[in-house]
Amino acid sequence: MTKNSKKIMTKKQTITRKTWRQEVQHNWPLYVMILPSFVLAIIFCYIPMGGLIMAFQNYKPWLGIFGSEFVGMDNFLQIFEFQESYQAIINTLIIAVSKIILGLIVPVVMALLLNEVKNMGLKKGIQTLVYLPHFLSWITVAGMLRDILGLDGIVNNFLQKFGVEPIFFLGEAGMFRQIAVASDLWKGFGFGMIVYLAAISNIDQGLYEAAEMDGANRLQQTLYITLPSITPMIIVMATLSLGNVLNAGFDQIFNLYSPLTYSTGDIIDTYVYRQSLVNGQYSFGTAVGLFKSAIGLFLTVVSYKIAYKFAGYRIF
Amino acid sequence: MRRTSLSRKIFVGCNTVFLVTVALLCLLPLVNLFAISLSGKSAANSGIVTFWPVDFTGLAYVKTFNNSNFIRSILISFLRTFVGTFLSMFVITTAGYALSKEFRGRTALMWFFVFTMLFGGGLIPSYMVNTSIGLKNNFLVYILPGAFGCYNLILIMNFFKSIPKALEEAALIDGASFFTVLWKIFLPLSKAGLATVALFIMVGNWNEWFTGILYMSDTKNYPLASFLQVIVVQGNQQDLALDPTSAAAMSERTIKAAQVFIGALPILMVYPFLQKYFVKGIVIGAVKE
Repeated sequence: MTKNSKKIMTKKQTITRKTWRQEVQHNWPLYVMILPSFVLAIIFCYIPMGGLIMAFQNYKPWLGIFGSEFVGMDNFLQIFEFQESYQAIINTLIIAVSKIILGLIVPVVMALLLNEVKNMGLKKGIQTLVYLPHFLSWITVAGMLRDILGLDGIVNNFLQKFGVEPIFFLGEAGMFRQIAVASDLWKGFGFGMIVYLAAISNIDQGLYEAAEMDGANRLQQTLYITLPSITPMIIVMATLSLGNVLNAGFDQIFNLYSPLTYSTGDIIDTYVYRQSLVNGQYSFGTAVGLFKSAIGLFLTVVSYKIAYKFAGYRIF
Repeated sequence: MRRTSLSRKIFVGCNTVFLVTVALLCLLPLVNLFAISLSGKSAANSGIVTFWPVDFTGLAYVKTFNNSNFIRSILISFLRTFVGTFLSMFVITTAGYALSKEFRGRTALMWFFVFTMLFGGGLIPSYMVNTSIGLKNNFLVYILPGAFGCYNLILIMNFFKSIPKALEEAALIDGASFFTVLWKIFLPLSKAGLATVALFIMVGNWNEWFTGILYMSDTKNYPLASFLQVIVVQGNQQDLALDPTSAAAMSERTIKAAQVFIGALPILMVYPFLQKYFVKGIVIGAVKE
């Protein structure tokens, strides 16, 4: 927004500034319309935040939140003492960061390649197919992966033709992260392309005509016109993905991992689930969860600030 | 440019082949799943089925649709998707309209809502709150906790903001209430945007599986997604309802494939409508003036 329009806005505000009474008299329907969302947000978002107090307690279900003993930061100190929780954090970082990096590069490259397809029908057909996996649930994808990667699956059947012994892919700790990252990429890269394709379609065609007159070939046009034009979008996507550094994808991992692959595949979210709802360590589970969401909050706020500063991106 | 160089031709050829291959890779796993679900027992079990059924049989589907638990879970899924989407749309459309206006306290309210996107209580506190207000073993647990979503609210608010202010001002001067303006002007003008958000919420509701597992003690009350999670991931074959007589004709693998495919079918059916709108929807939502 330019300085000029800001000035006008503040002027307008001072003129129309009403007292609270007038405001309510005039705008009460707006407050009523917001009420359902407000109530739902209080009950299902803000009250649970109050429950985070558990993380500083030794919570016992029969004593309740008001009767359980406070233990300060003990639960948090334990996070790094236990081999399992420490490993879950490492796994989370490796899986999430790999997903973020590939999730940034692949959609950009694919969008640039797709932009070179001049046959509109073909382009549309390719787009239709690559967006589809995004809408399938991880249950569906896990079902397919388990079948395809199973001992009698299509992959092992193919490998057998070359004399390779059947491999139980989803039971191999050494392959779990690769499978997780690859299947996530498969599911999401098409959808990730959309914003870049939109940015490309907004580029002024005159730039390409001018470049052609100057003798630039298609590669040069891509490198010096298309890529710089979508760079702001890439920056926005990159900074916004910063908030996901500890989000390795619960839905996916939970439906693919097994005790065989805990060592490389157990992530913070699945660990919290097992520790708290399966093993009953509510306070410790909550502490691990809070540790994760506090870092997530910090990173997201930082990323919004960066995205605003460098690309003028605002959330609202 | 009229002339195309040889290297350009080679590039275009390779590029097309590459992209078509990638696009097919996105579809083929589903084709494989479908082919297995329609194949005979021995063919499916030995893993020779690729993209066309071997020893064609529809028994797996007949068996699946004779399983009353499966039918029940489909009905629960449809009900929660329908009711959940309707409620969600009502809640966020009204709030989105109000927040697209300027009024006192708007910024504070906006931060109040946006903060729910940035931070949350997490698994255990949410579980405890939902349980203590009586949502355990209650159908409403599928509807209420997910009804409000800030991301969709912002999307809708941005659609509304792009509608010219003059239309609304004229109506308000003529004595229309905010409710009338929303119903008569804003909703009809942002049909495409609202359809996008509604379809997204629908898909999300249909695919959601964790709530059922977490809050329902009886698997009879699971929606299809949770039902499939139990069968596919936890490997519980009880719900496959495979009795000894039918086990001779079909395998666990074909039935699983049939059930997973049926689970994805509604998504595949709304996908053409979804695709028509979501590209536009996402772009309007993500790029602001």
